[in-house]
Amino acid sequence: MGEAFLLKVEKLSKAFGGVHAVVNVSFQLAPGKVLGIIGPNGSGKTTLVNVITGFIHPQSGRIYFKDKDITGLQPHKIANLGLTRTFQVMRPYHSLSAFKNIIVPLNSPRVKKTRAGRLGDKDAVAIDILEDIGFERDTRVPFKTAGSLPLGYLKRLELARCIALKPEVIICDEVFSGLSMSEITSLIPLLERLQMDGIALIMIEHRLRELFRLANRVMVMNFGQKIAEGPPGVVMSDPAVKEAYMGKEKSP
Amino acid sequence: MRKKRLDRGVRARTEGIYALTSWSEMGYLIFPRGVLIVGLLVLPIFLDLYGQRVLCAACIYALLALGFDFLAGYVGVVCLGGSLFIGSGGYIAGLLNSHFGWPALVTIPLATVGGALFSTLILIPCLRLRGIYFAIISFMFPLFAVYIIIALNIFGGTEGISALDTLPNSWVELYLIIPILLIALFALRRLVNEDMGLILRGIKDNDQAVKASGIDITLYRTKAVFTAALIGCFGGAYLSHLYGWLGISLFAMDFSILPIAATAMGGMGTLAGPVLGALILTPLSEALRGFGQLRVVLYCLILIGFLVYKPEGFLSYLQRKYEQSEHWEEV
Amino acid sequence: MEIIIYGTVNSAIFALIAVGFTLVYGVSRVPNFAHGSVYVLVGFLTWTLLNDLKVNYAAAVIIALTIAGLLGLVIYRFVLIRLRGMATSEIIASFAVSLIILEGLRMQGIGGFKGFIGPFYMLRPFVEGKSTVFGVIVDYQRLIIIAMGLIVLSLLWGFTHYTRIGLSLRAIAQDERAAMMLGINSDRTAMLSLTIGSALAGLAAVIILPLGNVTAEAGYRVLIYALAVCIIGGLGSWAGAVLASFVIGFAMKLSTFFFGAMWESVVLVGTIILILLFRPSGLLGKQKELEERV
Repeated sequence: MGEAFLLKVEKLSKAFGGVHAVVNVSFQLAPGKVLGIIGPNGSGKTTLVNVITGFIHPQSGRIYFKDKDITGLQPHKIANLGLTRTFQVMRPYHSLSAFKNIIVPLNSPRVKKTRAGRLGDKDAVAIDILEDIGFERDTRVPFKTAGSLPLGYLKRLELARCIALKPEVIICDEVFSGLSMSEITSLIPLLERLQMDGIALIMIEHRLRELFRLANRVMVMNFGQKIAEGPPGVVMSDPAVKEAYMGKEKSP
Repeated sequence: MRKKRLDRGVRARTEGIYALTSWSEMGYLIFPRGVLIVGLLVLPIFLDLYGQRVLCAACIYALLALGFDFLAGYVGVVCLGGSLFIGSGGYIAGLLNSHFGWPALVTIPLATVGGALFSTLILIPCLRLRGIYFAIISFMFPLFAVYIIIALNIFGGTEGISALDTLPNSWVELYLIIPILLIALFALRRLVNEDMGLILRGIKDNDQAVKASGIDITLYRTKAVFTAALIGCFGGAYLSHLYGWLGISLFAMDFSILPIAATAMGGMGTLAGPVLGALILTPLSEALRGFGQLRVVLYCLILIGFLVYKPEGFLSYLQRKYEQSEHWEEV
Repeated sequence: MEIIIYGTVNSAIFALIAVGFTLVYGVSRVPNFAHGSVYVLVGFLTWTLLNDLKVNYAAAVIIALTIAGLLGLVIYRFVLIRLRGMATSEIIASFAVSLIILEGLRMQGIGGFKGFIGPFYMLRPFVEGKSTVFGVIVDYQRLIIIAMGLIVLSLLWGFTHYTRIGLSLRAIAQDERAAMMLGINSDRTAMLSLTIGSALAGLAAVIILPLGNVTAEAGYRVLIYALAVCIIGGLGSWAGAVLASFVIGFAMKLSTFFFGAMWESVVLVGTIILILLFRPSGLLGKQKELEERV
């Protein structure tokens, strides 16, 4: 069946010396869908993201984005094509104020290509983007130095950085980690809104309950390999997945 | 007993046109800059010929310090080879003048741009790498230039080339470089708040995120190095026409080290601090010229002292003192 | 044949010069720009001990080396220790120290200290005379250089692979945090590495300087050579440094042979630029040095 896919990953492998971080992983992502990637710590999820977005070169395998082979391209070129990612370890530009953080992606070739990108007033656009994701303009939060913002705001800032590029895919690397329940519940509508706007999401998460509210399909990784893929309910009852998370049952 | 620090006033610093609403705002903004501008423009009148020459030299070092601070404090690139810029600017200007007979008015701009292109080109291979490579390479290149010039005996070899055109009179000398210094200072201060400056500062803080935002960081680093090179090469071109000769001393270690000491003293990241540092250190080093190599020893000691004990530098210290008041109080 | 012998000598010279620097950088990630100045300082110190104080050669060498090691220790303890982690400040500070030493040696007239200026200072070779190796006439000092190169490298290899202290050096080099968790004191190890590194610089000086004379300017040249070896071989890789020493040593001798001694520096710069363009992490550099971890 020739279904259109946005992102297709084929047999990706990457090893660091003796550590096989990613082993023969393949998956596809259709436009506007949400794919969850879960697995125990150290199963290679972040490395997979690094390889897909060009920060690390794979040893074998191919990555196709919109029918174009992007394997081995530099990260900024990949971002300019519309495939963006957030970072698990938060790193804003801490000496700049929050909205100036967003002006940086607004200067990328991707945004400048659009007429609105060239002519628009970048300051105003940046503040609008921040307001959309929950920085209240009246309380002057967008003008605070990014280094002084609390974690909840920083996570949103990361997402805003991706949104500013008008992407087609956002890979969210553990965007819920470190947030309190109320912060997560206020973040979920934002992600749903992104999906409704047509942006496909890949979400790497440990918080399964919240993830399953959003994800259409879920992929499970363990020791660098993909061990299951499918709708959330099906995947969680797969014995291999249960074993990965909880270990084998002791034989009587 | 403990030290209590109070921030002075809760007023946010206004930017732009709203500053006109308050006298004290205006004072804060205009006074230091006014003193600097007026001071520099007026100072030559009070100095004798020797003093004026020292001022010119100080301005050259100030330009280099400006470039170094811009690169190190705003782009995260540590360039240990200021003498590379002076040398390439100076040699190109001098060679154009001695071989083709072009006047200073033509050679200086050409050497500024040409020297900047040359320096940036040979530094490009290290811009993709971690900062330490750039530091090492930028340090090595001026020394290599000296070895090559001596070994191949090109461009005048060890004696250099003399009898170049000098600038018409001392007023031209002074009022060519002082406005350029001031323009460079204020232009760079403006630049770091414009889009390109924001990108550069983003690259310094976190270059992975900039890459992930779709921006080619090598390109922007190159632009930044080119900008700093322009400033430095102008200094070099000016220098060769100031004294009318060029030689391997244009690549001297002095030009690499004094700007760094000036920056450490004045405060990295403030752009104005290094300029002040240079304006202070140069006369100091001139005064010690009688002691020979002692002056190098001295400003290295100053440099280490500031690096280790007061890394924020003078200007940041003054700024902090102005914004905060401290006093001891009983607990 | 001549090329091979003299090329090997040249490579040994580079290796001896660079090994101290590589050790310090590999272990504590501190680029010790004062390396060249220690080299020169030991040269002058030995000369003074020999000529002005009439000390026996062997004793002079030992004293000078000890002072070199102590100097490395002092540099770390009082300057670098506060700058640990800030690579740019470390470079600037150690370079400032180097300038203080090198320019200080050239100072004149302070307290009656006559500066060391001019090509008048020479160290006597260990053994005078020449010999013939494979049909080529080589003086003994050069042969000693090759021998010492081998000895130093194998001693270092043994030290870092088989003694407890040496293993702790390697541990810190590979993963500082893990080593610290096992109780290895990072600062002390760094001090040790700087002491050994400076002593090695001194050793190199004592062996190599008899070939020519001792000048303060040589300090910069030595530093550049050490840096060139590290860049071409890969920062932090010891095998790379050895390999790079051979590459540079032979390349420069070959260029002298074919084009004349003047082109040596050009060849060196060219090699560095080539490596930076095509294999930036060095010949044997570990590739992850370049990939910044996300």
